[in-house]
Amino acid sequence: MTTAIETSGLVKVFGEKRALDGLDLTVPAGTVYGVLGPNGAGKTTAVKVLATLLRPDAGEARVFGRDVIRDADAVRGRVSLTGQYASVDEDLTGAENLVLLGRLLGHRKQQARERGAALLAAFGLTEAGERQVKTYSGGMRRRLDIAASILNTPDLLFLDEPTTGLDPRSRNQVWDIVRAIVNQGTTVLLTTQYLDEADQLASRIAVIDHGRVIAEGTKGELKASVGAGAVHLRLRDAAQRPEAQRVLSRVLAAPVTLEADPVALSARLSAEVSEEGAADRAGALLGELARAGVHVDTFSLGQPTLDEVFLALTDRPANQEVPA
Amino acid sequence: MTTTEAPEVVAAPRTEDLAALLITDAERPPRPSAWAASSAFGWRAVRKIKHVPEQLFDVTAFPIIMTLMFTYLFGGALAGSVTEYLQFLLPGILVMSVVMITMYTGVAVNTDIAKGVFDRFRTLPIWRPAPMVGYLLGDLLRYVIASVVIIAVGLILGFRPGGGVLGVAAGVGLLIVFSFAFSWVWTMFGLIMRTEKAVMGISMLVLFPLTFLSNVFVSPTTMPGWLEAAVEVNPVTKLVAAVRSMMAGDWDMGAITWVLIASAVLTVVFGWLTMRKYNRL
Repeated sequence: MTTAIETSGLVKVFGEKRALDGLDLTVPAGTVYGVLGPNGAGKTTAVKVLATLLRPDAGEARVFGRDVIRDADAVRGRVSLTGQYASVDEDLTGAENLVLLGRLLGHRKQQARERGAALLAAFGLTEAGERQVKTYSGGMRRRLDIAASILNTPDLLFLDEPTTGLDPRSRNQVWDIVRAIVNQGTTVLLTTQYLDEADQLASRIAVIDHGRVIAEGTKGELKASVGAGAVHLRLRDAAQRPEAQRVLSRVLAAPVTLEADPVALSARLSAEVSEEGAADRAGALLGELARAGVHVDTFSLGQPTLDEVFLALTDRPANQEVPA
Repeated sequence: MTTTEAPEVVAAPRTEDLAALLITDAERPPRPSAWAASSAFGWRAVRKIKHVPEQLFDVTAFPIIMTLMFTYLFGGALAGSVTEYLQFLLPGILVMSVVMITMYTGVAVNTDIAKGVFDRFRTLPIWRPAPMVGYLLGDLLRYVIASVVIIAVGLILGFRPGGGVLGVAAGVGLLIVFSFAFSWVWTMFGLIMRTEKAVMGISMLVLFPLTFLSNVFVSPTTMPGWLEAAVEVNPVTKLVAAVRSMMAGDWDMGAITWVLIASAVLTVVFGWLTMRKYNRL
């Protein structure tokens, strides 16, 4: 398998802050590779270095074997970037944006116009094509942005938090588009704050924090390291919490956390429990709680959140964990 | 009043449709030439003028006001009559107006950086200075519009250039060459400064003394010695002298040559500084 991206010891310092602090990444070609991390973890900086927009202070980065500094022009010929802020000109219309880009990518004007029209149609923007981009909704802007990015089909597409700020439906559209693009053989580097998004799209994931990779692997590997999820409960009566705690720790065989809210408690399922197993246990748990006469107001079984992944990966202790 | 938009129902492109749209390595067109890329950016600048025609205010209303204001303000006092003063003032006010509007180049660069579109341009495999040259090409159009407006107002008010059509056209030509070169100063500041306001601020700081401490309004011989010396080395003074001489039909080759050399130096020095900054943003 060929390698799309390879970085070693990448460092970028902004004043006091080490945005990248020895980043090592290896991204195989032909897949969606997720880079997951909280705000300020260095995701955007990494993308900017790889897309030849920023020079690293130390370390090396190669895209399809070409060095991003010495051979920047060759790299630019094979990548395209959809940034966190839509990389299109708001004063121009959607159609004009694509014609401009088409011409900059070497198409003749007529060709650029035809290709622009075809892309607008494919992305459901034909009617909006003659309007200035500043009148577009967030979802439309993002679709135009992605259309611009694949005008000349890139070998590697950077999607920097492509769904941040989008409503759920627009988010699903963007996901469908990304899947369709990858089906055509383009490699996608996706950065995201949402575990859910990485889960939907990526085949491998790197979790980064403070500018370095703290975990890397397939989705399955990462989840296994964190556990199948957590159960969250809210009771009608705070007085029943000790009873609920006993039932939880017995049925789930997991440590139970008493939240600051006197009616809330939660438990993280252990890493060995599969997703199906988690659902079975949740069912059993509800039955046991009813038998014990505990009134439950809300009950949820969730995938591990990014917070929980982080807690697990960084080994920072969870709050108020009570031994069972 | 509120407008409601019908909810958009959009499916993602079907895989087959997308497959038909994507192009393989072999089908990618060759890279555009330096000129093709620059002129595409120039086309962008012109489209923006079309969508936001208000931005032509500074190249139409502003020069008209400048011309009227200074002609009638100083005409009687400085030259005895408005018509007489206009023969002296018009080439100067033309230079002043056009040199002043060069600063919008920096503002345009800075605005683009603040939005994401600049990142896309910088990741394109094109001749690196093309986006910058594109701004300047769009601005040339603005300079030409401003020049035409001012000369038209001048002719209405009684400006009768001795150099005829050729002299006036050549004068405008020289002014535009200089303005193109001078704009590179602003592309550099547009890249360096953090906000649009900062760009405006520094532009004013440079442009006000540069245009007022010159021979635009009065001959430097009327000034105190130290000021005369400063005014004589001001590039705007040389430019006004050259343009004035061309429009009067009495070409001052020394000043013209000086302006052409200065333009070349400005382009090389500030073009280089701009591109250096552009590559390391």
